[in-house]
Amino acid sequence: MATTFDSLATFPRQTRATVASIDWERLAVPEARRLRELGFDEGVGIEVLHRSRFGSGPIACRIGRMTVALRRTVAAAISVSHG
Amino acid sequence: MNVAPLVALVGNPNAGKSALFNALTGARQKVGNYPGVTVERHSGRLSLDDGRPVELVDLPGTYSLDPASADERVTRDVVTGRGGFERLPDALVVVVDAANLDNHLRFTLQLLALGLPVVVALNMVDLAERDGLTLDPAVLARELGVPVIPTVAVRKRGLDDLRAALTQIVGAGSVRPLPASAGVVEDIVVLQRRARTIAHAAVIAETPGRRWNHWIDAVALHPVAGPILLLTLLFVMFQAVFAWSEAPIGWIEQGFVLLESAVRDLLPDGFVRSLITDGLIAGVGAVLVFLPQILILFLFILVLEATGYMVRAAFLMDRVMARVGLSGRAFIPLLSSFACAVPGIMATRTIDDEKDRLTTILIAPLMTCSARLPVYTIIIAAFIPNRTVGGWMGLQGLVLLGLYVLGIFGAFVAALVLRRTVTKGASSGFMMEMPKYQLPQWRDVALGLWSRVEIFLKRAGTTIALTTVILWALLSYPKPPEGSGISQVNYSIAGRIANGLEVVVRPIGFNRDIALALIPAMAAREVAVAAIGTVYAIDDPEAEGGQKAITDNLRARWSLPTALAFLMWFVFAPQCISTIAVTRRETNGWKWPAFMVGYLFAAAYIMAGITYWLAVSIGL
Repeated sequence: MATTFDSLATFPRQTRATVASIDWERLAVPEARRLRELGFDEGVGIEVLHRSRFGSGPIACRIGRMTVALRRTVAAAISVSHG
Repeated sequence: MNVAPLVALVGNPNAGKSALFNALTGARQKVGNYPGVTVERHSGRLSLDDGRPVELVDLPGTYSLDPASADERVTRDVVTGRGGFERLPDALVVVVDAANLDNHLRFTLQLLALGLPVVVALNMVDLAERDGLTLDPAVLARELGVPVIPTVAVRKRGLDDLRAALTQIVGAGSVRPLPASAGVVEDIVVLQRRARTIAHAAVIAETPGRRWNHWIDAVALHPVAGPILLLTLLFVMFQAVFAWSEAPIGWIEQGFVLLESAVRDLLPDGFVRSLITDGLIAGVGAVLVFLPQILILFLFILVLEATGYMVRAAFLMDRVMARVGLSGRAFIPLLSSFACAVPGIMATRTIDDEKDRLTTILIAPLMTCSARLPVYTIIIAAFIPNRTVGGWMGLQGLVLLGLYVLGIFGAFVAALVLRRTVTKGASSGFMMEMPKYQLPQWRDVALGLWSRVEIFLKRAGTTIALTTVILWALLSYPKPPEGSGISQVNYSIAGRIANGLEVVVRPIGFNRDIALALIPAMAAREVAVAAIGTVYAIDDPEAEGGQKAITDNLRARWSLPTALAFLMWFVFAPQCISTIAVTRRETNGWKWPAFMVGYLFAAAYIMAGITYWLAVSIGL
């Protein structure tokens, strides 16, 4: 692969990013649907706002003009690139 | 008579729909249920500019017409004319958050495809402007092909324009239900991209606004500060429940004492007076004193919800909840259950995962609801010495706190077991939009509080009043023969039932009085206190009444292990008809309420038994 993308689950906080791709196959059907409904899509601006430092707590991210909370397992299916 | 045209308010969650509804209808609104489902139906009257009345109905917020939960299904069914419990609306008011057009316009496009007459309320334009976003409603109207009215529901701005636009479209076109195949537009992604294009076109200016939302979240969601803030809020909340309620509880008690003596002066001694004073006033009074505590707890919960903090609390709790197979979403209904399990169980409707929701319903009765407080308070006052431990903690308060913790712990263990057995399934996710922080609208909070009071008063006036009267009758009749030496209670119907039940509960240290109190307490836990009071009052009519008499009687007739076992019983026992009824409604059948009652009674019996024998063996 020419370019590698970071996973949203581990992307640094408060850094502007763009959704590069979403691995829908990794998500349960209702999860994938809700993610689409919340506006997750390729090319959309995204930013990780909060993430608990330890363990497996959920992350909060800004997508469009919304703040959305999601679990890391879901975030791991979302690839992002800087900018 | 002609039926008024129906106009439905539809939109995404957090679009300010309910605020707009409240602003349009004011106090002239009715809260009911959609037939067959327990989703609350808010409706009200609105007069159009030409004087025609319309019925306005506030549909549950949803992201699309592809429903994930029971609430969202109602919205889909109403706007597509399915389900049969509501007529097809004559027009829709689609409410969108001006600051979140990308997302909200997608749902709007989906709704427009239905072909009903539509007005779009571009809501919260003031907040959008504060965020540095200036929009052109005319561009939006052109792109969408329907009128777009800028509104600020909480400041009542744009309401006249909205009404004028509605006057134009209601009754203008013919309304026809769509064929079942058409309608619900499938491809979210395609719509989403179109929505983004339109939203982009409507933006006049976009400057980075103040990010104060992020500043609050920087504390509220901070890995260390966040949980501390949440615990502090909860601590203050429970402190307030006790501290602020003291005075109003005193007033209510005094009121009932005055009422009782007035009735005693007014009526001659006999059947009617005894029924009213010993039955009705004593029973309903014993329950109404909790109104202040319930109100305070709900006030906190409603304010936390209205400010947008509740979702942050759910975010923080998700990690803990995930350990027992639930999600952060379950935290909100469980917190409400500390006031009362009934609204708590109703609040589970926002949990989209069925298994998750069922588990939450099944453990909700383990949260210490306010109905347990009178039972706990009176037993603790009678048996736990009022002294301090460790220099500053009151032993009585410590025991009370212990009972709360025990309930939470029990709920977590139950969730863990349930998620591995009867409600087994893939762990559900946690994905939630976090709304912007905002100051609570006191009118909306007051309306929410009032509907809780109504539910409670109705319950006190019906179920509880009826149960206490029935218990009074069962205890008072038949009268033992003159000079037989048999006590009234033992001779009465209730006494005979209790003597039979005592055989079952004796192994866990319960006596006949407890057996007797447990029967009416099936209707509502708090009746147990009134029941014990009634038993001793009827047993010894010469004695003084009131709280002190009950305490003295308890000390004389119960052992400490019995009292502790009794407390433990109430941590677990599902003694509440309303909870069982609402569980039946929410789960559509008797299977789950039956299961819930079974497992909780089993837990209560076992835990009370263990407590009793442990206490006896260490010589308490």
